[in-house]
Order: sequence, then structure tokens, then C-alpha cells
Amino acid sequence: MKKHQVMVEMKKITKSFSGNLANDKVDFIARCGEVHALLGENGAGKSTLMSALTGLYRPDSGEIRLRDKTIELKSPRDAIEHGIGMVHQHFKLVKPFTVTENIALGASTTPFLLNMDKVEAEIVSLAEKYGMKVDPRAKVWQLSVGEQQRVEIIKMLYRGAEILILDEPTAVLTPQEVDDLFETLGQMANAGCAVIFITHKFKEVMAGSDTITVLRNGQNVATVKTSETDQNKLAHLMVGREMTAKPLEKKGQPGEVVLKLDEVEAFNDKGMLALQSISTEIRAGEILGIAGVAGNGQRELAEIVTGLRETSAGKIIILGEDYTDRSPKEYISAGVAHVPEDRLGTGLVPNLNAVDNILLKNYRNHRGHFLDLKESRKLAEKMVEDFQIKLSSIDDPIKLMSGGNLQKMLLAREFHSEPKLIVTVYPVRGLDIGATRAVRQLLLEQREQGAAILLISEDLDELMELADKIAVMYEGEIMDILPPTYDNLETIGLLMAGSKCEEVGV
Amino acid sequence: MSNKQAELTSGKLTLAWEKRQLPSPWLSVAIPIFSVFMALFLSGAFLAATGFNPLEIYGAMLDGAFGSAYGISETLVKAIPLALAGLGVALAFRMLLWNIGAEGQFYMGAFAASWVALTFPDLPTQIMLPAMFLAGALAGGLWALIPAIPRAVLGVNETITTLMLNYVAILWVDYLVYGPWRDPAGFNFPLTAPFSAAAQLPVYGTTRVHFGLIFALVGAVIIYIVLQRTKWGYEIRVIGENQAAARYAGMSITKNIMLVMFLSGGFAGLAGMSEVSGITHRLQHGISSGYGYTAIIVAWLSKLNPFMIIVVAFLLGGLLVGGYNTQTMGVPSATVSMIQGAILFFLLGGELLTRYRIYFTRKGENS
Ligand SMILES: Nc1ncnc2c1ncn2[C@@H]1O[C@H](COP(=O)(O)OP(=O)(O)OP(=O)(O)O)[C@@H](O)[C@H]1O
Ligand SMILES: [Mg+2]
Repeated sequence: MKKHQVMVEMKKITKSFSGNLANDKVDFIARCGEVHALLGENGAGKSTLMSALTGLYRPDSGEIRLRDKTIELKSPRDAIEHGIGMVHQHFKLVKPFTVTENIALGASTTPFLLNMDKVEAEIVSLAEKYGMKVDPRAKVWQLSVGEQQRVEIIKMLYRGAEILILDEPTAVLTPQEVDDLFETLGQMANAGCAVIFITHKFKEVMAGSDTITVLRNGQNVATVKTSETDQNKLAHLMVGREMTAKPLEKKGQPGEVVLKLDEVEAFNDKGMLALQSISTEIRAGEILGIAGVAGNGQRELAEIVTGLRETSAGKIIILGEDYTDRSPKEYISAGVAHVPEDRLGTGLVPNLNAVDNILLKNYRNHRGHFLDLKESRKLAEKMVEDFQIKLSSIDDPIKLMSGGNLQKMLLAREFHSEPKLIVTVYPVRGLDIGATRAVRQLLLEQREQGAAILLISEDLDELMELADKIAVMYEGEIMDILPPTYDNLETIGLLMAGSKCEEVGV
Repeated sequence: MSNKQAELTSGKLTLAWEKRQLPSPWLSVAIPIFSVFMALFLSGAFLAATGFNPLEIYGAMLDGAFGSAYGISETLVKAIPLALAGLGVALAFRMLLWNIGAEGQFYMGAFAASWVALTFPDLPTQIMLPAMFLAGALAGGLWALIPAIPRAVLGVNETITTLMLNYVAILWVDYLVYGPWRDPAGFNFPLTAPFSAAAQLPVYGTTRVHFGLIFALVGAVIIYIVLQRTKWGYEIRVIGENQAAARYAGMSITKNIMLVMFLSGGFAGLAGMSEVSGITHRLQHGISSGYGYTAIIVAWLSKLNPFMIIVVAFLLGGLLVGGYNTQTMGVPSATVSMIQGAILFFLLGGELLTRYRIYFTRKGENS
């Protein structure tokens, strides 16, 4: 197909969920040879629109035209037969299987008796064509998140996808992987595919897209060429009003030591040493930022200081008391709040309603054996109001809420108990700019109120803005702890890549 | 637009489905009713083909189960063990513990209650019945605890272990009633001596409806309150939905697996106790006739809701009683089982419709 020709056109797509309008007569066009970014606040309707394009949801009204022909998509399978493939934020790979097996699995072209060598050869040639590095024989569980994402992309290409949709693909990637991904997406566009991706990061939109569509409150407010716009214009389009960016303020003095780690070691799920002689401390009213490429022990670190993982050596001291290998329950009653990386999988219960989810950490404080239902409802209503959480009803399962609002609810619950120590892992992942600011503001408020905060982040700018000191982790070790000044930026980058302090010259 | 017109008429009619985010409330009433009618329709064709008048047979079934005070009382008699065991099964299913061992737990409950009744025949009723109640519940609970411990500690799949223990329990009771416990005055039938009058649950009037009905009703209310209103019930709901979140919130999964399995078995054991104490007044071979398995269907059809369990147990009880009634009209028992099977099959199949939206569509149609 020729470049810039319309590949797929969505016309007046409307979809509502129990009276809640998620998409309101949205027009959307994706062209061949073009990388198209879809931008919008949390709950703007981006995922819903793309779900209509991949047959996950049936729009209430509207039309989808593919190469000038009206089509109806009944299932994701149907969509892929039309050449429309989606890479979801949560990958759908079979962990114990190899890359080749995963790719062959469920493809309609896969014959009953399959010739693995042939599939493998095809995978290699696809990967080469678009500049992706994968080992077709590796087992999926051995791969990093970035590699798994490549497998998902190749899977879609193998099935003949010409329209590739990625829902927040960069949220889980390292900066280097993000660059590689956009390289690949660009090559795919050059080969005539239409690529659509959802993101919240302006930098990526500017660097990686040709065209941008902005959704607001379920409506398409603008489709613009990337070269003809800038971040401020986009922000304005997205929020619908001027953003007043008051600089964040850090107030207060650090107090007593809240968390002390002494030569702590721990294994990961695969039984390999994930943390090595970690020693550090955090004081009340202080934020310790952990910088590092994902997968260097951050997750295990968060788990040991919340009681979710056992240590194999060392001591964990909270407010002077030894908490090494105590149960999560004891950590909770010691005043440790935890905002986990996987909010729907760990921090919340998707099928229960908002009231029940807000109960999760404090139900033990209710007197006697019974729950105080009146009180919990009141609390839930208050949190929804205080944190401006958007939801249809506090009695609906929370899985129907958008990503940003889920995170707000999680934070509201965790901060409610006036925690002594807050452990937060990628707290703004998947959040729009407004929500991101709100979350950072909240963290600083907690700091001001005297909480010790362990902030694990991939975003150096975030660490610079919030942290009082930054520890760099590499392969389970703290390489060094530095103050958050821009002079140290380069050093931090080198340490993240594994260079020793001496080599860096600190 | 003529192009679109052509597609509309030339399109191929196909079936498609979509998962429902939230089950539709009115469909969850309409679909079971529709399913039963489908089953009756198909079975009716079979009945007609084998020379019976289906309407007459269905009339007799309905009449036998619900048409008279006697019919209703017999239906209740069947509903009691189904409801009790169903409550137990549903409790375990709530936590995604696939306890399909209610049958064995029923047998162990019947056995333990009988042991009390036979060993201490002279106890006064006020002591005898509570002792049998406790023994039955405890035995059923402990029997369920056997597979619960390896499941909780080592993650051993409970589906297989609970199932296998059914055979052990059934054979254990058989051993007793064919051997050491056999009633010498029983003409060699595999049953024990009758219990003393003190070991018999009170019945309602002249019917066979016994006090076990109260156990079931009170049990349903208690389970509802525990699950919805107590801290512990909250833990069960969270663990059943998301184990990682439960761990994150500091709940003990190991402890709760064992507790819930114990209670689940306890209810099934109680069903066994009330059956020997309320109906047979002795332990005998085949005391359960599959109540523990039917209870799984009861639990599933009622979507684990304790009050629905009572309703569904009553309806399935009626299906059993109505089936017996038609046998007096010369319908082979196999045909009756087939009708019963068809109804269950369609009910479970219809379940799918409340979870998925199925619709017809034309390829290339414009919606
Ligand atoms: N299955 C559903 N049932 C009910 N409401 C839904 C459902 N899916 C989405 N919604 C609602 O529709 C609106 C749009 O949601 P959508 O997930 O499309 O937002 P989004 O733009 O992808 O947001 P985010 O950036 O937070 O992922 C939200 O208000 C959301 O709560
Ligand atoms: Mg989304």
C-alpha cells in the first residue's frame, strides 16, 4: 500500500458503559507508513477506542472502515484476520514455552503438525527486518520485559498484522529500550504498516510519532502532525485548560531514622541472589530514591521492607526494632505503607468494589469480629472526594475504573493511615500529567508530615525532583548514594550501567 | 451506498460472542428458566419417541414433587442434605478451593454421628443430639482437613485428593455396615442396628421433614453474615479473588485454607449426621446416593450465594422426587435419569449465556 493512504478509519465511534460515555462519536484515521500517537488523560477513552478496533468491545454505534470497506470485528481473532493486532500492557505469553512456540501458538496459519524450523526461520527474518533482537529458542520466563514485548510484536507481525496497536508500551521499558522500540516502530511504518501507540509521555510523543490524536472526555479534540505542534499545545489540548505548573516544594527537616537496612541479602523467585549486602537508612521526612534499570533488585527490595519476601542475610530495623523476616501483617501494623508496582494484581482486588478495596489495610482496626460497614462507606466516600477519584459508583467492581483513578484510590488508602514508612514502586506509571503531579504532590506532603519514603523509580527527572538522596542499584547492589543534583546526573547514569565508583571517578 | 446494500444481503450469517463485563441481572433469571424449557423440550421428544406422552410425564413429575403436601415434604427431605452439603462446597469454592469431597465428608459425618448413637445408646436426647451434631460436623471437617493441609503447606492440588478420599470414606462405611457394625437382627442387610429414640432428630408432624432443615436455614444465614459482615469473611472474599492482594494485606492464606476446608467439610458432615439421625435412624450402605456430588451442582448453579443454595437445593430435590414418581407410571429409571441429566446439562450450559453475549451477525454488515 502507498504511504499516507488511509489504512483504517473509525467513524463516529460511540461506546458507553452503563450510562458512562467512554467514547463519544470519535473519528480516528490511521494511515499507512505512519506512527500515530494516541494521547489523553486517564479515563479519556483511549483504551476503549483501541479495544473497539481490535474487536474486544463492540461499539454502540459508529463504523470501522478498513481500506475503504466497512468491517465488523467480533473478536480479537477476527481483528487479527483483518491484519489488526494489539500488544497489551500485560503480555499474554506462556512463560514456560520458547519464543518460537509462543509465536506459533494460536496463529491461524499454524498447521496441525508444525515445522518449528520453518517458524523459527520466519521469526529470525522478521526480527532482522525490523531491527529487533530476540533469541527464538529462549524460554519466555528468561526474558526481560523489553524482550517479551518484542516477542509480542513479532507475534503480531507473524500473524500478518499491518496495523499494530500498542497500549502504553513504554511504561515498562528502560530509556534504551524505549529508543529501540521507536526505532522498530519507525521501520515498521516505513514498510507500510500503520502503527498506533498510547502513551502519557510527551517526550516520547514528540520523538516517536508522525501524527497525534488527542482524546478528552471521550471525544477527539484534535488530530495534528507532530511536526506542527509542541508539548505545551498538546498539554493544553489534553486538559482543556492552561496547566498552572507550580513548582513542587520540599519542606521540613529530616528526623529520626525510620528504616535501617544492614547488610541485607535476598533471593528472587528464580532462586538467584537478587539483593547483595544492602545497607542504607531513611529518616523521617526524607525521601530515598532508588535509581536503576528495572530488574536490578528493586522489586525484591520493596518486597523485603514490606515483609513480602524473606531475607537470606542481614537485618531490617524499623524505628529501632528488628523486623527481619516478620510477616506482612506486622509490617502493616508498624506503619509501613506499600504502593506496589502491580496495582491491580497486588495492591487491589479487581472484582470487589471500592468500599471493600479501601478496607484492605484497615479492616483489622474495626472493633470486634464485625466490619463496620457504615464507617467504611463513609471513609470510601470521603477518599473519593478528597482525592477526586472518578468512578461510576463505589459499589461497582473497581476493575471498571481507569488506570489513573485506580492509582489514586490506592494512594488514598495507603496514605490514610498516617504511615511511618512509605514504600512506593513506580508510583506514576501509566498516569497522565495531571495525576502524576498530584501523586508527586502527595508524596511530598507525606514527607512533610514526617514519613520516611522509599521511592523506586525509573525516571531520573522524578528522582531529581523528589528525592533527598539517590541510591543507584545495579545487579542487586547499591553502587553509591548521591545527592540529587544535576551535576551527578552523568555519574548516576554510569552507575546504573554498572560502572564502579572508582572508574567513574567519584 | 449501494455497495453496502449488497454486502448486507450477500453477507454470511455467523455467530459471535463477547464476554460480559458484568453479568446481566435479568438474564440470570431468564436464562435458567429458558434452559429448563429447552431440556424439557428435548427430553419430551425422546419420551414421545419411546411411546410416552411427555406432558403427562412432566405433569406427574411436577405433581409428585410439588403437587401435594406429601410431595413437598419429600422434596424438602431431599433438599436438606443437598443444601447443607451445598453450603459447604460453596464456602470452599469461594476461596477457589475445589473441594469435590463433600460425598466423603458426608459419609464420615454419618459415620461419626452413628458411632455416638450406637456407642452411648442411653444418653438423653438433650445430650445425644448435640453430641451427634458435633461428632458429625467434626468428622466431616477433619476429613476435609486431610487434603487441606498438604494443599495449604505444599500446594498439593486438592481436587484429586478430596475426590480420592470419597472412595476411602464410602468403603470405610461399607466395611462397618457389612462387618463389625452389622445389625445381627438385620437379615444380613448392610445396615447397623437402629438408633435409640433419643438419637432421632425431631420431625415435623407426620412427615419425614426433620430438624436438619433448621440446620440448613440457619447455616445459610450464618454463612451470609460471616462472609458479608465479619472481618474473617472479608478475608475469605479477598483471598478468593486475589491471593497476591491478600498476602499484601497481611492475611494468612495457609491458615484460612485450612479453616475454610474444615468448615466446608463440617457442613457436609452435618448433612451426613442429619441424614442418619433424621431419616434412616441407622447407618447403612449407600447412605448418601450422591448428595455430595449433586451439592457441587447446587453450589455452582446458585453462584455460591447461600440463600440461592437453599432455593436451588429445593428445586433439585423436587427433580429427584418427581423422577421417582414417574417410575410408578412405567417410565424406566434410566429415562428419568436422562431427563434429570438433560435439565442439569442445559442449566450449566445456559450459565455461559449469562457470562457471554452471543449474537448473530452478517459478515460485512454495518451495525
Ligand atoms: N468495561 C468497562 N465498564 C465500565 N466502565 C468502563 C469500562 N471500561 C472503561 N470504562 C470507563 O470508560 C472510561 C474510559 O476508560 P478507558 O480505559 O478507555 O480510559 P483510558 O483513556 O485508557 O485511561 P488510562 O490512561 O487511565 O488507561 C473510564 O471512565 C472508565 O472508567
Ligand atoms: Mg487505558
